[in-house]
Amino acid sequence: MLSQRFLDVLETNGYDFFTGVPCSLFEGVTRILDAEPRYGYVSAVREDAALGLAAGAFLGGRQPVVFMQNSGLGVGVNALVSLHQIYDIPTLIVVSWRGQDGRDAPEHLIMGAVMEDFLRLLGIPFRHLAAATLTDDVAALTATMRETRKPVALVVPKGPLQ
Amino acid sequence: MTRADAVARVAAALPPRALAIACNGMIGRELYTHGDAPSRFYMIGSMGLASSIGLGLALVRPSRTVVVFDGDGNVLMNMGALGSVAAAGAANFYHVVFDNAAHGSTGDQRTISDRVPLDRVAAAAGYRSAARVRAGEPLDAPLAVLFASPGPSMLLVEVERGNQPGIGRVELEPRQLADRFRAAAGACEPSC
Repeated sequence: MLSQRFLDVLETNGYDFFTGVPCSLFEGVTRILDAEPRYGYVSAVREDAALGLAAGAFLGGRQPVVFMQNSGLGVGVNALVSLHQIYDIPTLIVVSWRGQDGRDAPEHLIMGAVMEDFLRLLGIPFRHLAAATLTDDVAALTATMRETRKPVALVVPKGPLQ
Repeated sequence: MTRADAVARVAAALPPRALAIACNGMIGRELYTHGDAPSRFYMIGSMGLASSIGLGLALVRPSRTVVVFDGDGNVLMNMGALGSVAAAGAANFYHVVFDNAAHGSTGDQRTISDRVPLDRVAAAAGYRSAARVRAGEPLDAPLAVLFASPGPSMLLVEVERGNQPGIGRVELEPRQLADRFRAAAGACEPSC
């Protein structure tokens, strides 16, 4: 199952604090995180609060991952620019791509259309997750994150992690 | 009591090896001025997130006392975080809220905490305890009780409006603040 493999790859790359807000596009991952206490997954109330939890975990010595729907990028933007990016708090953001190619519910279409530009504008390096390149995607992003000590994003399309 | 005085008293009463997270604005600047140490983290932006940062820290450092220096404006901005704190039930989490029912750092504009009692919100959310120190009441005994009991707990301290003239700004760069805090928190063992 790809969701379990994805979590295994995250752990292999040193990630050991998991928090976020769910999305149906990575439902498979959250199902495992919710079911297995060993991950210590913290279900956050908002995406900015998840980023705050992640920052606290980093200050305490952990390497965090924050899961969110791309609608949550808007909620999280102030935390990203006035907490993580200025204090150099490395975080992997796993963000779903609702509204990809303009095919989705109306509330997802605008963020879906601008999400890549939005990440570029914020200076957040990102990659698109694909089943075939999952290991390399996580490793490459993690290398960038460690080198820069800044947040990076892994964009999750519909399919692989559901 | 002025807020700066209350912040200094809480800083002086912190248990040994406690880690402190201060919210943005005047409260962080007052803690920096009256009680700076590597074990203090000053949040200069990201308003509303001090309790979330403190909770993340408390969860991964269960052997250390974590104290969040917060303000009414900050708590109101991300009130759902009170639910996260209560749900997590971290016994090492202590939330001290300096409440002047105003946004002190932007000119004392009113908040709504005079009509929305944040200690009662915390208690209803499920904090193990939540107490209020009213204006003019002594602070030392409630602080001793707070730190002698397991958290998650809130102590709300009513303080006067107004800012201490000439209060300093945090002079360290954000990354320096993060790095010295991580060292103080034992996050760098064996290395950073």
